Amino acid sequence: MSSPTGPSTRNTFLGMPAVPPRSPYGTGHLRGERAFPEAAQDELGNEQLRRNLGRATHSIRAKRLALTGELPDWEQLRDAGSAIKTDTMNRLPELLEQLEQKVTEHGGTVHWARDGVEANEIVARLVKNTGSDEVIKVKSMATQETGLNEHLASEGITAHETDLAELIVQLADDRPSHILVPAIHRNRDEIREIFLKEIPGIDPGLDTVPAHLAAAARAYLREKFMTTRVAVSGANFGIAETGTLSVVESEGNGRMCLTLPETLITVMGIEKVLPRFQDLEVFLQLLPRSSTGERMNPYTSMWTGVTPGDGPQDFHLVLLDNGRTAALADRIGREALHCIRCSACLNVCPVYERTGGHAYGSTYPGPIGAVLTPQLAGMHGAGDDPNSSLPYASSLCGACFDACPVKIDIPSLLVELRHQHTEESGSTAEGLAMKAAAAVMKRPKLFTAAQKAAGLGRVLAGRDGTLSRLPAPFDGWSDSRDTPAPPKQSFRSWLASPEGAATMRAAAAEGAPHTDDAPEAP
Amino acid sequence: MRIGLFATCLGDTLFPEAVKSTAVLLARLGHDVVFPPEQTCCGQMHVNTGYQREPVPLVRNFAEQFGDPSIEAVVMPSGSCAGSVRHQHEIVAERYGDAALRTGVAAVKAKTYELSEFLVDVLDAADVGAYFPHRVTYHPTCHSLRMLRVGEKPLRLLRAVDGIDLVELPEADACCGFGGTFAVKNAATSSAMLRDKMDHITGTGADVCTAGDSSCLMHIGGGLSRIRSGTRTLHLAQILAATRTSPHVLTEAAR
Ligand code: SF4
Repeated sequence: MSSPTGPSTRNTFLGMPAVPPRSPYGTGHLRGERAFPEAAQDELGNEQLRRNLGRATHSIRAKRLALTGELPDWEQLRDAGSAIKTDTMNRLPELLEQLEQKVTEHGGTVHWARDGVEANEIVARLVKNTGSDEVIKVKSMATQETGLNEHLASEGITAHETDLAELIVQLADDRPSHILVPAIHRNRDEIREIFLKEIPGIDPGLDTVPAHLAAAARAYLREKFMTTRVAVSGANFGIAETGTLSVVESEGNGRMCLTLPETLITVMGIEKVLPRFQDLEVFLQLLPRSSTGERMNPYTSMWTGVTPGDGPQDFHLVLLDNGRTAALADRIGREALHCIRCSACLNVCPVYERTGGHAYGSTYPGPIGAVLTPQLAGMHGAGDDPNSSLPYASSLCGACFDACPVKIDIPSLLVELRHQHTEESGSTAEGLAMKAAAAVMKRPKLFTAAQKAAGLGRVLAGRDGTLSRLPAPFDGWSDSRDTPAPPKQSFRSWLASPEGAATMRAAAAEGAPHTDDAPEAP
Repeated sequence: MRIGLFATCLGDTLFPEAVKSTAVLLARLGHDVVFPPEQTCCGQMHVNTGYQREPVPLVRNFAEQFGDPSIEAVVMPSGSCAGSVRHQHEIVAERYGDAALRTGVAAVKAKTYELSEFLVDVLDAADVGAYFPHRVTYHPTCHSLRMLRVGEKPLRLLRAVDGIDLVELPEADACCGFGGTFAVKNAATSSAMLRDKMDHITGTGADVCTAGDSSCLMHIGGGLSRIRSGTRTLHLAQILAATRTSPHVLTEAAR
């Protein structure tokens, strides 16, 4: 077991890490302050949030189903996506080196960042080298994960988010709660309030018509696009074969960032590489349909190194590990790395729908976040690390698996991760209870005795035959559910009783061929 | 056919009527129902909560109890327990078992069925001769739906029930929020999911909400009882076993 601050995963032998390092504790946004059940409690109490989330997820869900349903080869596409990802993970080092070589050949510079801290330092240094103290940003999960904006601010550099939803979150000094729709938890009235308060010189008569809100943001962003010389982006895909990077988006603000500035710095998680250009064919069908429920996203930008006289003349690619190699070394983590961040699993998840993204405490919320976050950043200690609560933040209903375009079996991964967690936590009260339960259940005589003892619970039941208050840790259960008192007789004792035997004989007799029912001969 | 009945630990202890109905139904359909007496629990709760060592003896016991080759099919009134036997026993045996256990698990897995699957797929019996003159709505539990893919099978059986007024449940495939220990560990989130499920159920005006899992029904029924909704929960087997002459569900043993 490793302590939260302990570098125990970094024991060195001949300069090589014994185990690939996870994302360092206490940096970036891969860990919340509180365990999931506690953080969820607040969100559950927020009626507005639940209405906003419910409405948004239901409408995206319906759109996604309609559009995946219209492709006759949708299942084959999912299989293809899954197969390409498996192949990618199997030869990730080789593909990354190929990507580096191709990017360099085309005039770009590749940087390798072991963790978020390194990535942030590299980006800050690159920005400083340009002499600029401002950057514009295309929505990027990787830099959200590393906490780049905060780091840049500490270095005197201002980062402007240009994705509309990300801008709303940034202006409100809030955190994104969805990987694709960061402001999913906000409604139009709230957005209007935020704009009125935070955008200098805005028309005080602004109303809540979506087009007017978008226009206000556009006017604000236009000025940033025209005056800022450095941009930071993420990448949805990096093609090893050609060195091409790609960003897909809806608003075109990303394209402005990718083409207008002089310097472009892209931070990409190492798992985002794809072997061949042709592979985009599969993912550009899977991604928009799964994420926004669109046949095609409005803007797909691709760039390969630099092109003299066109677009940024200085291009840097920062390849981010931050726990990904550690995940790759793990059977669960490796499958989780297949994720293309489409957010389909969030949109169908009944838990996410009720709690929103903040309860997960991580840049990656929802079902895949519950797997990926502990894989990237670890679950330290016996249970006091909030990340330890994430594998349990699921009812294992399986809706996420059905929705995932690359067929990640999230429920099975969660069950495995729970196992990993209990194995690492040593002896706990729950573990002892599980052992005790198994000890009773493996001995039929003890089990039968326990059933008889359970029958005594009847004396505790109210007149309606139910138990309405249970002791801890079941008090949460009994807050909203009655529990039936155990019946007088278990099934097995009924079956062994004269009544049981008689009932079964009678049923068998009913089933026996009824000769008297046979049609009479004429 | 010689059928091994698995009562499930929850069914045996807390919901015997569902198991009795299963036994009676199968016997009435002309089959030889046997109850291996040393059976206990499939170990699903352990595995789902993150414990895979502890249930090894349970998995072994299950494989031994139902391993008898004269048992042609193992049937249980629970989608999630069938899911556990089919998908989790292998994992446990691979990790902590020996070769004998792996062989035993594979043999039992191949003949394990949830009740509605068994009736429709194996017996090809859509109409089991049931009579149930009540307004009923059906909740497809997650493990039946997505682990076993029972699909329309339970509905086919219900549609054939004489006298039934079967009403569709809005957003039927949404999880009820049970999830085993999830309902205890994340009680508040689970309750929020339950509230929506209950709204949909009561909105149908059904007298009875049915499903193929006593565990989910315990959760839903516990909620419906708490709000005094007047809608009761009954296991699918109880509806299918009810006939004009022996309406079992209506003479349910007093608790
Ligand atoms: S796990 Fe699958 S469904 Fe969820 S975001 Fe990733 S690719 Fe999309």
